[in-house]
Amino acid sequence: MLVIKKITKIFNPRTINEKVALHDVSFTLEEGDFVTLIGGNGSGKSTLLNCVAGVYPVDNGDIFIDDINVTNLCEHKRAALLGRVFQNPIMGTAANMGIEENLALAYRRGQRRSLTWGITNKEREHYKEILSTLELGLENRLGTKVGLLSGGQRQALTLIMATLKKPKLLLLDEHTAALDPKTAQKVLEISDRIIQEENLTTLMVTHNMKDAIKHGNRLMMMYEGKVILDIKGEEKQKLTVEDLLVRFGNVSGEEFTNDRALLG
Amino acid sequence: MLQIFLGAISLGLLWAIVTIGVYITYRILDIADLTVEGSIVMGAAIAASAITRGINPYAAVGMAFVGGLLAGLITGLLHTKLKIPPLLSGILTMIALYSINLRIMGKANISLLRMHTTYSTFEKLGINHNGSVIIVGIIFVGCIIGVLYWFFGTEIGCAIRATGDNPQMVRAQGINTNTTIILGLMISNGLVAIAGALIAQSQSFADVQMGIGSIVIGLASVIIGEVLFGKRNFFSRLMSLVLGAITYRIIIALVLKLGMPANDLKLFTAITVAIALALPVFRSYLKPIKKSMKKVD
Repeated sequence: MLVIKKITKIFNPRTINEKVALHDVSFTLEEGDFVTLIGGNGSGKSTLLNCVAGVYPVDNGDIFIDDINVTNLCEHKRAALLGRVFQNPIMGTAANMGIEENLALAYRRGQRRSLTWGITNKEREHYKEILSTLELGLENRLGTKVGLLSGGQRQALTLIMATLKKPKLLLLDEHTAALDPKTAQKVLEISDRIIQEENLTTLMVTHNMKDAIKHGNRLMMMYEGKVILDIKGEEKQKLTVEDLLVRFGNVSGEEFTNDRALLG
Repeated sequence: MLQIFLGAISLGLLWAIVTIGVYITYRILDIADLTVEGSIVMGAAIAASAITRGINPYAAVGMAFVGGLLAGLITGLLHTKLKIPPLLSGILTMIALYSINLRIMGKANISLLRMHTTYSTFEKLGINHNGSVIIVGIIFVGCIIGVLYWFFGTEIGCAIRATGDNPQMVRAQGINTNTTIILGLMISNGLVAIAGALIAQSQSFADVQMGIGSIVIGLASVIIGEVLFGKRNFFSRLMSLVLGAITYRIIIALVLKLGMPANDLKLFTAITVAIALALPVFRSYLKPIKKSMKKVD
């Protein structure tokens, strides 16, 4: 479903601020894989996601989504294949537009926009139905401006928007990091449910080890721009935080000292 | 007095079209587009030179519209393709248009006295000049509001509105934000050029300098409209723009009547807009004072 072939991304090349964010990264996601991607600050996990999404062009290597080479495709063209949820709840929605207008924009992802009405009544019923599964009461507030919603509500809405039109690949970029723990849990539960129901291939970046272990069928860890651990199947099911710390130490030769990841 | 009032309304209706154009860039796209200062003159210049060559005045307004679209296209390309900041892109097009407008007119101003204009049709029916301008103004403003109300409800229109709100999200939904920004700028400047064409015909001349300060007048009208007439839904917002533009003209007419020298007009407008834009800041200063006063109570 997603094939990453030796991609390299260097920020500020040939300057004193040169930073190799991704170093020869290669991996393949099978259809239906739900990968949690974990790593410390600056390990390259968000850069990787942004490269897949087309926000940054890569310096080297190829990216295939569903057998289509998207390496040189610009962001808005790749969007036809991707559903994205961002770390900042403000990023995923248009604050001054209504809930239904935001959904309508997402419903047409990857389609050529025409001069027909932006929302039809038939769609509204569909939106109501889907929103009611969130159990946040949003289905009765279709016209409400998204800017009036809480961070958690906006993130839940962004999730719905990302999956309203089934994406080939769902990219979740620390999408619960900006929420309080209780809301974060709720949003994660919703993510889990949608991913399972729709059998979505997913790449979820998180800095929280427990979440990374609890969710998904495969765990990858990044360190200094490389994927250093890739744990799947039964091994993943049995994984504990202690295991992960030991294995990180063995591979990187360092102790894992990211408080955010440990305490979160 | 009534004539002053009617004059203000007629001029306000024509400037309402400028206001709608400014609203599209300033509020919907979140870009302060200075191209307006050039495209309003461009509209006037195209219409005036077309009319003096005997072209039907309505066709002349259409030609002005196309000119405005092109002006917006240039600003849009400078900003999106060449990555020049929007404010600077607008300034560049505005300056370039000064020369282009002179070329279109062949001289610094063209008189339209005793020419057949869009207003002549109604003047022939015995309606005076202000009355004719009001009728033509209402027809144009009505059509433009109708078309825009429809357009911004369509898929493309929604995409343009979302672009000003959150371009990152819009790209994630598979929309090319370069295209939506260019489209918005084109429509805005097209409308402003229509206004320029109509204003030139109503004042019976086109002048290469007539655009100076038009962006500020447009902004003033947008803000007056929002403050006085609310912004509930899109239709009421469009109406508030028209009412804002008319109110602005009435205020100006009254201030002049009260004896303010006409030369100070632009200073007056600039100060009004500065105060209106700074209102949120003033309010935040006042909040702690109000709170402490309540505590004292």
